[in-house]
Formats: sequence, C-alpha cells, structure tokens
Amino acid sequence: MPPTTTATFAPPRQRTDWWQGGIMAALLLVLTAFILYPVLRVLWISVSDDQSNFTLIHFGNFFRRPLFREALWNTLWSGALVVIFSAILALPLAYVLARYEFRGKLLLQTAATLPLVIPPFVGAVALQLILGRSGMVNLLLMDWFDISIPFMEGLTGVVIVQTLHFFPFILLNTVVSLSNIDASLEEMAQNLGCHGLRLFRRVTLPLMLPGFIAGSLLTFIRAIDDLGTPLMLNQKNLLAPQAYLRITTIGMDDVDGYVVCVVLVVLSMVTLLAARKYLSLAEYATVQRAAPVARRLQGKNLAIVWFVIALTLGISLLPHIGIVMLSFAKVWSFSLLPSSYTLGHYEEILFRVPHFVINTLIYTLLAAGLDIILGAAIAFLLLRTGVPGRNFLDAVATMPLAIPGVVLAVGYLRVFHGWDFPGLGAPLTSSWVILVIAYTMRRLPYTVRACYAALQQVHISLEESAQNLGANRLCTFIKITLPMIGGGLVAGGLIAFVTSCVELASTIMLVPRIELGPISYGIYLYMQSPLGRGAGAALGVVAILLVSLGTYLTHRVFGGRAGNAFRV
Amino acid sequence: MKPAHVRLENIAKRYGEQWVVRGVNLNIRAGDFFTFLGPSGCGKTTLLRMIAGFAIPDEGAIYLDDQEVSRMPPWQRDLGMVFQNYALWPHLTVFENIAFGLRERKIPRAEINQRVHQALEMVDLKGRESRRPSQLSGGQQQRVALARTLVIQPRVLLLDEPLSNLDAKLRVEMRLELLKLQRDLGLTTIYVTHDQEEALAMSSQIAVINRGEVIQVAPPRTIYEQPADNFVAAFVGQANLIPGKVRARMDAMLTIEVGAGNNNIVQVVDAGKNFQPGDSVQLCLRPEALELSLAGADRPTMNQIDGKIVAAAYQGASVEYEVAALGMIVKARVAHAKGQGLFQRGDAVRLAFAPEAANCLAPSNGA
Ligand SMILES: Nc1ncnc2c1ncn2[C@@H]1O[C@H](COP(=O)(O)OP(=O)(O)OP(=O)(O)O)[C@@H](O)[C@H]1O
Ligand SMILES: [Mg+2]
Repeated sequence: MPPTTTATFAPPRQRTDWWQGGIMAALLLVLTAFILYPVLRVLWISVSDDQSNFTLIHFGNFFRRPLFREALWNTLWSGALVVIFSAILALPLAYVLARYEFRGKLLLQTAATLPLVIPPFVGAVALQLILGRSGMVNLLLMDWFDISIPFMEGLTGVVIVQTLHFFPFILLNTVVSLSNIDASLEEMAQNLGCHGLRLFRRVTLPLMLPGFIAGSLLTFIRAIDDLGTPLMLNQKNLLAPQAYLRITTIGMDDVDGYVVCVVLVVLSMVTLLAARKYLSLAEYATVQRAAPVARRLQGKNLAIVWFVIALTLGISLLPHIGIVMLSFAKVWSFSLLPSSYTLGHYEEILFRVPHFVINTLIYTLLAAGLDIILGAAIAFLLLRTGVPGRNFLDAVATMPLAIPGVVLAVGYLRVFHGWDFPGLGAPLTSSWVILVIAYTMRRLPYTVRACYAALQQVHISLEESAQNLGANRLCTFIKITLPMIGGGLVAGGLIAFVTSCVELASTIMLVPRIELGPISYGIYLYMQSPLGRGAGAALGVVAILLVSLGTYLTHRVFGGRAGNAFRV
Repeated sequence: MKPAHVRLENIAKRYGEQWVVRGVNLNIRAGDFFTFLGPSGCGKTTLLRMIAGFAIPDEGAIYLDDQEVSRMPPWQRDLGMVFQNYALWPHLTVFENIAFGLRERKIPRAEINQRVHQALEMVDLKGRESRRPSQLSGGQQQRVALARTLVIQPRVLLLDEPLSNLDAKLRVEMRLELLKLQRDLGLTTIYVTHDQEEALAMSSQIAVINRGEVIQVAPPRTIYEQPADNFVAAFVGQANLIPGKVRARMDAMLTIEVGAGNNNIVQVVDAGKNFQPGDSVQLCLRPEALELSLAGADRPTMNQIDGKIVAAAYQGASVEYEVAALGMIVKARVAHAKGQGLFQRGDAVRLAFAPEAANCLAPSNGA
C-alpha cells in the first residue's frame, strides 16, 4: 500500500512472537468482519439465486435494463467530465504554484485547499442558491438579458459541484509530481536547445504525467462514490443514488441494488489499481537535486497570475459564500440577496437540537481514535515484524479506498441486521456504534498510510541502540518510537476526523434513529424542506468550521507535506 | 563544429548577501582540457552554470569566441553539459535520449539515426538503444549522458563531476576513456571536480578555486610543484608547511631559519617570489621530497633536520612516517621495497631534502 522507499529501512524481523501473532489475528478478525465479509456478502448476493447457486443472471438483467445502462453511462460520463474540468482548473495553477515565486503565493495555496473544507453536498445546496434556476446569477441574467442558464439541472449541476470540490486533489497531486522532477532533467533539455512550450511538452509533461493521472483517477473514484451531491440535486440516475434508492425504497432483498453496488466496487477497484500502477511509474522521476529554482513573477505575468488567482478564489469560494449567507438568512427566495437576517438558525442547531453537532463530535473522535490504534498496529506489523499474512492485511486495509460508502453501508445492513450483536443485546445496526465502525473502516487507509510513513522514518537502529543501552521493548517504544511517530499518528487521526465529519453516503443509510444522526445527516434532513434550509446551512457552516480546524491542524502537524495525505 | 575558446572577465555572482564567485578572470583556449578544482562549496558548479547559461553573473562578462553571451539563454549557446547525476530522461529510451538534441536542431531523420548510432558506438553502447536509463548500470548511464551531449557536437563540453557517482575502479577507466574522446574530438572541455588526483591526471590547465576566487591557473605539474600559495599546496596533494624567516639571499638561493633547535638553517631556491632577508615565509615540503636516514648520517649537499619518529604507517609500496621535528609533526613518505627494514616509533632520524625540492611561500594570513 504505502510506497516502498529505500532498502535502508528496517528489514522485517523474522522471529514471530506469540503477541505479534495475537495482534495479527485480532486485526484480521476486525478487518474481515467489517470490511471483507460485508463486501463479499454483497458480491455473493449479486451472483447467487434463491437456491444459493451461482448465477450471472442478475448482471445480465442489469445490462439489459435501459435505466441501469443509463445510470452506468451517466456515472462514467459525469466522472470523466469532473476529471477533465478539474484538470483544466488545476493544471495551470499547479504549474504556477510549483514553478514560480510571487507575492500572494500563500494566498493562492490557501485558496486551493478551501474547496476541500466544504462537503460536496453542502456545496450543492449553496450553488443552487447562486447558480440554480432562481439563484443569484440567473436572477441577474433575467434582469439584464432576459435569459436563464440551467447550470444546476441534470448532470451539469453534479459535474459543476463535484469539479469545484475535487479539483484540489488533482492540483495537490500535480504540484507534488512537478516539484519532484529533478531540476537537471529540464536544464539538460535547455542545454540541448529545447525551451518554452516545447520543453514542457517533451520533458516536463511526460515526467509529471504519472502523478497527474494518479490524481485524476483518485478524483474519478471520489466522484462516482459521491452520493450526497446527486441526492441534493435530485439527479437520481447515477449508480450511487440508484443503489441507495433500491435498497431504501424497494428493500433489502432487492437484488438489483446489490448488482449496482458490485458494479460500483468494480469500477473503483479498477481505477484504484490503475492509479497505483501510475504512481509506481512516477517513482522514477524523484528528486536528487531540489526542484527547479522557482522563478520570480513580475509585471505583466504577475498581473495574469493574479487574475487567475482572483478567478479561482472567486469560483471556489462561491459555495462558501452561499452557505454562510443562507445560514443567516431569514427569508431568501427569488431575490438576489436575503431580504432579512437572523441568528435563529444557529440557535436552533446549537441549543434547541444540539445532538447533531454533539453526535458528530463523539462519532468522529471515536473513529479517529480507533483509526490511530488500528493504523499504528498495522504499520507496526508491516514494518517491524515478519508475521505471516502481512500482505493480506495490507491489501484488506487498503480496500476501503475502493469501496463506496453506499456499498459498505449496504453490506453492514445485510450482515448485521436482524441478529443481536454479542455484548450489545441488540442488532449492531440499531446502535450508533455502527456509524463509528463505518467511519473507522472508511478512513482506515489514510491513517495506515500516515502511520506507516511515520514509522518508516524511524530507523530501526534508533530503537536498537536504545535497547542496547538497556531499555526494554516497552520502554523503547514509549521513550523513542512514540515521540518520533507521534506527529504522524496525530495527522492520521486528523485526516480521519476531517473526512468523517462530512461523510454522508454511509451515514444516511446507517443512522438508526433521527436523534442518533450526526451533522451530515442533519443537513440532509433539513435540506429536504424549504423551511429547514436555514438550519441546514447553519449546520453546514459548523461542518465547514470543524473541517477547517482539522485541516489547519493537519497542516501544522504535517507541515508542507499535507498534500501527501491525499495521494493514493 | 570548431571548438570554441571561452573567456571570463571579472565574473561575480551572489546568492542573497553571500558572494559565491568573486572577480574571476579566466582564458580557456580552444581544445584545452580545463579543470575547475576546489573544495566543496567553493563555487565551481556556480561558475560552470554561468557558462552554460543556467545562472546569470551579477558582474562581469562571458565570451564565447569573442561573442558576449552573459545573458544569452542556455538553449542558444550550443554548449554541451553533462550533469553530475547524468540527468537522463527516465521516460525516454537510450536512443531517444541521445536523439533529443538532434531533434531540437531539426536534423533529418536518417541523419539522426546515423549520428545516434555513431555516438553509441563511440561510447561502446551499441545494442542498448531501446533500453530505459533505469535498466543501465551507473557507468553505462554515464556514457549515455556523454553520448547525448557529444552527438550535438557542442562548441564546448561542460562536465560537472561526471565521475563522482562511479566506484573507484570504474572511475579510473572512465577517466581514460573520457580523455581519449576529448583528445580525438579536440573538444574544448571544462571539467569540474574536487578530486585533485583526477584533476592532475586529466587536465591541460587547472584553475584552483577557493571561496569563489581563482587562486592559481596553471598546468598540473606547475600546480603541484610550484603551488602559488599554501592553500593550493595543501589542497593539491599533501604538504608540510613549515614557518620560517629569510636570513639571507644569494641570487635565487634563500637561507632560511626554521623552527628552533640545531640544524635549523636551510637553503631553498626561490621560484620567482622575490623574498628578501627579514621576510616571514612558509616552506612547502611534499612528503615524498623528504629523505629519511638514521640520526648522524650526513648528506652535505642537502638540507638536514633532526627529528624523532612518532608514527609509521605501512602502505605497501611506501611507508608514511610522522616525524616530530622543528616543534611540529612533519610527514615523510619513503619508497619501500620488500625486505627493507622500517623505522620504529621513537627512533631518532634525520630528514633531508634538496634545495630545489622545497617551495617558499608567503605565510598564510589566517587561512
Ligand atoms: N541556488 C542557490 N541559492 C543560494 N545559495 C546557493 C545556490 N547555489 C549554490 N549556492 C551556494 O553557493 C556556494 C557555491 O555553490 P556551488 O554549488 O557552486 O559549489 P561547488 O563548488 O560546486 O561545490 P560541490 O563540490 O559541493 O559541488 C555554496 O556555498 C552554496 O551554498
Ligand atoms: Mg558542484
């Protein structure tokens, strides 16, 4: 899963202690129960008939039904469009960020991460207000030119919202691969007479392509995984909403829902494997000498860059502006700006029904804590022991990257519904615990990555020299290893926290009762009625603040390497 | 293309507040194998990059065949550069790497083919054209990098420590190959290294650089045998630097009083430095210029200093002794043949050297 760097790092120790085997067994049990088995169960249902015999008839039906064929096509097409538009937005910015030094660079860097703090389904609502049929822009267009543009109708809306949310993934990946290109590779080309656009096409572009493509594929996975945006925009004919609607409206026994789930998983898996392949290709261009010297931008060029910054900042801030205004608006319909303002929505969500916020904090912090423990244990087994089965453990822990939230939720409902979980006295699906588990598993790959990277930095000789000086294993761990990997663990936990805060797909399927719902669920509920939109927006603002805080802290802990956390 | 000559006039370059190159004047003749030699961080690479056009001097001018190029972009200079890490493009095959510069020059396809194959042959890599750089060994990569640069027939060949990534044996082999290529093609070559042995073995001219300043420009023998100052003396090869005072001068022969104790008057030939009685000087004595015998042996034509063996290091063909003499430690390297006896720690010995074997330098001012 994580990139394997130099061979100078610790060779796996060959002796397997009983306690290492114990940890391994426990981890395998947990991951099998909550990742592997639910997904396999979904898979099995999609390929078996009433008598539990193997059959492909359901898939045959899937591809015969125009509705599903269209959903599949829509998913692929809108995913591709999101990638293309994100790339168009991200590439010039990435180049400027990686290669130029100029006043206001920090501002641009910050602007580039802003879209990540607003959950896409919240952005969807906000953009309705600005770009929707009776949103700001169309009201102005009607006033001035007597026309209106259906930005938010159909797939277009989904593509716009997702593009604005996901383009930073491509941006971050591309900046990383651009700055990983050894300076001498470009200088050599210049020395041989190549420069300008030709240099870009013949040397720079091919070298940054692997990272760029990996970022694009990652974006594609996230786009097809996104359930909230299509639901909010009422665009039902995509795979994720189809799976959701099948299971929730027709029922747990509807095979079609499972088939849709499996198609989604296959799409994501294939994409993830492709991304991995490309990233492994990218390894070849890593730095020996620092990236090409950043050139200073001045005069006309600076003006152009500033124009681009202003445009990007403006566009990527649209959802934020919309949601903040909505959260303070008393009445806001068919008018350019709200007609009056109020603090009532905040009063509602903070004092009258505070449980959404409280639940979110409880669930996500628990999930982050669990992720740190699991991530650290997995990283330890992978890097410091020779326990058999490590590769399998690694593979299973990475799987969630390619399992859409809907699919995991469907698997949980199928597996845990209807029987009392030991020690709980009730089915797991009727308790809030299921949400914590879902969040934990969904974000596990990120934490494992962070922990693995952190532990990899600690050369085994540092531990061995402590032991050589008389510290026992526990003492070594507490005094040497923990302080050195602490930052990585915290960063991993923060990523889990941030992304869980805005997890909608698995949430809306797994919330047992309204009063057990977290913020994302609250937003979804409130947004269903025009009257609730204000409170929903206020919850959205709270979510943005939580995510911003988490992201800020991640940057503090990770430093400039924060972008790495979002790579495959 | 005809090899060019390169002239640097008063070149200076700073990064931030720090001047990393100062007042450099160099005249590199066409066909020279010219080496920049100096310790790490002294500004060799910076100087080379200014010639190649990757950095622009803050002061001074660079001339290629009398044309000023100080501000000309690198892609117009027609100079071939080989980077320390080879900078082979990982996304291109060996063939495409070598053909790159030819394609930039819009050379017809057939000729590209022919010239690339010629270049591959020249560096002994035929049959490897479809490999990727990552599938080659270090030495092979090095040769591809060289072929890629040579194939465009550059006016000047710039090499930045091209051998430093190779293991010791390969380094010596490549050294000879490189030299042969350079001679055959008659290329003006500027070679950067901090390895003095390499510089002595390859160059026709060496510029010794310290802290951004050129200290001495001369052929290898002059650099080694008549170092301009004690920095050059100590950096190129080993040197015993012995402080002393000029007592008298007769024609070119100086009489110098060194250290304290008996036998502390030596005679040294002044190689044009024109020291006068009363001047403080520093004697530069190469370890191999010293002869060693048991105390009491007399060599009337030579300068003689008494001392005591402090340490002996057997090195096969020679033995390196550390001798306490004149209140300091003097190093002497003595040829050794099988069966010969060695001096032991504590032995009283006499060091001897001929008046021409020493160099008289101005004393260091703090450096
Ligand atoms: N881009 C830069 N910015 C700031 N300082 C630099 C830069 N490049 C080089 N320097 C400084 O200039 C000085 C000379 O560097 P240079 O690379 O020319 O040394 P060098 O002689 O090639 O050393 P080495 O043998 O280690 O390669 C060094 O002190 C270095 O720190
Ligand atoms: Mg250098």
